[in-house]
Amino acid sequence: MLKVNDINVFYGNIQALKGVSLEVNEGEIVTLIGANGAGKSTLLKTLSGLLKPKQGTIEYLGSSIAGKQAQSIVKAGISHVPEGRRVFANMTVEENLELGAYLRKDKDGIAKDLQRVFELFPRLLERRKQQSGTLSGGEQQMLAMGRAIMAKPKLLLLDEPSMGLAPLMVKTIFSIVKEINKEGTTILLVEQNAHMALSVADRAYVIETGRVVLSGTAKELKETEQVKAAYLGGL
Amino acid sequence: MKKSKVFWLYAIIALIVYAIVQFMITSDQLDMYYSNLLITIAINIILAVSLHLVIGITGQFSIGHAGFLAVGAYISAICTMHFDLPFPVALFIGAVVAALAGLVVGIPSLRLKGDYLAIATLGFAEIIRIIFLNTDYVGGAAGMQITQMTTWTYAFFGVFITVIIIANFTKSRHGRACIAVREDEIAADAMGINTTYYKVVAFALGSFFAGLAGGLFSHNFYIIQPSQFGFLKSFDILIYVVLGGLGSLSGAIIAAILLTVVSMYLTEFPETRMIIYSLVLIIVMLYRPSGLMGTKEITDYFKLGKRSKGGNLDDQ
Ligand SMILES: Nc1ncnc2c1ncn2[C@@H]1O[C@H](COP(=O)(O)OP(=O)(O)OP(=O)(O)O)[C@@H](O)[C@H]1O
Ligand SMILES: [Mg+2]
Repeated sequence: MLKVNDINVFYGNIQALKGVSLEVNEGEIVTLIGANGAGKSTLLKTLSGLLKPKQGTIEYLGSSIAGKQAQSIVKAGISHVPEGRRVFANMTVEENLELGAYLRKDKDGIAKDLQRVFELFPRLLERRKQQSGTLSGGEQQMLAMGRAIMAKPKLLLLDEPSMGLAPLMVKTIFSIVKEINKEGTTILLVEQNAHMALSVADRAYVIETGRVVLSGTAKELKETEQVKAAYLGGL
Repeated sequence: MKKSKVFWLYAIIALIVYAIVQFMITSDQLDMYYSNLLITIAINIILAVSLHLVIGITGQFSIGHAGFLAVGAYISAICTMHFDLPFPVALFIGAVVAALAGLVVGIPSLRLKGDYLAIATLGFAEIIRIIFLNTDYVGGAAGMQITQMTTWTYAFFGVFITVIIIANFTKSRHGRACIAVREDEIAADAMGINTTYYKVVAFALGSFFAGLAGGLFSHNFYIIQPSQFGFLKSFDILIYVVLGGLGSLSGAIIAAILLTVVSMYLTEFPETRMIIYSLVLIIVMLYRPSGLMGTKEITDYFKLGKRSKGGNLDDQ
């Protein structure tokens, strides 16, 4: 479904991604783990068109999306839940969700997906008129995910959904990630919480200072010494 | 349906106010001093509401609004004085040229953010002013003689049209997109909103109405001079928006009315005028740090009232 081939991404003179290649197949949950500053967010931003790769190709459903505008990428079915949730704080929950469907015109479909989001996140239904800035961190994460789902993505990019959440909320979020995936959305999940990420993912990539250093099925990587030592707290 | 009812209610109230004032003017119950105050208030409301779109709704901190006011003032004056065009046509041309100036300024400078955007817009406004200052065709520093044409009717309908268009724009899908840009540009981008496009549109639309205000302004006196459009004028407009509460249309209107009246009365005390004016600002900001209205609208208070009443009925 998604084929990233040898991309280089720069911030000014700083090279954040150095020849990264990876692949996501339809129906999968693929996770990308790595330390702070490894380039995980940079990769997601590049996929969703917020950054342009200097080199390399990104193929999505058979056509190239490298360097395309964010709008056309969203239209093509890739939604990005950015790091740190970034909900529109002075808007209500409902208004945030409506903006998620900003590029869609099918009113019936939008109403249906709104129902679906409220089924996935009943908490959001209770708080639909609340200002988003006053939601708890976990609720904001739910909203950010719900907002992305409103764009009706085929591929969902999640950037550290567990960040700053209590263990119980992390569990909830991850079980919802699985559910979204079961309903047919492919997921690329960036995480620091390697333990959780590897337990829900089918396959995984490990990225270090802008390079992919390891890849394999989630099961395989869980058993790798390098991953155990660096990301699973040496368990 | 309900929304359009509310809209018509406001429109009718506004038109009644207009008719009463117009009657008082024609029957000489309102002297020049007060009718002039009303026209000045109207012009300042247009300026406040147009800048509110740029800063309050779209979150682009522009402090060069007087530049677009100047464009509208001079261009419309050229139309009436040099080309003998009818006043309404001149107003429209002035606004359109101001909008074009907004595009020219906005496209390069809206890549900048925060303080940098503020400085860039301030710089552009000064450039515009200096261009007029050095153009003999419009009288240079000595200024340009203009026939008084602005009446209460023009001023009122200027406000009326501005408020209707900007309020509807804000409520539309496009307005939502602008608010999303204000709230979080990266998230807005990620939703597929063309953030650059909306910043430029808001800026050009804001400049359009500033230009309209300019035409009303220049034809309300007998002379205009570049010195009237300096950065102090930009700050005056900025203060309406900030004092009203960034993001509140009714707040911007209330602040424009309040400060215009205060400043008009203070002209009788020229020595202490700036001190008192500043004190008013400081006091308001101390007691209402997020402006008079915050991001709320007057209508929100009415809605809240209704809702709590509804709740009481349910309880019984
Ligand atoms: N806007 C920027 N300008 C310059 N450098 C940047 C910018 N954003 C990120 N970087 C740099 O690029 C590198 C990769 O950053 P990135 O945000 O992709 O890391 P990450 O893997 O997501 O880290 P984290 O887990 O902390 O979120 C870092 O060295 C970072 O300092
Ligand atoms: Mg990151």
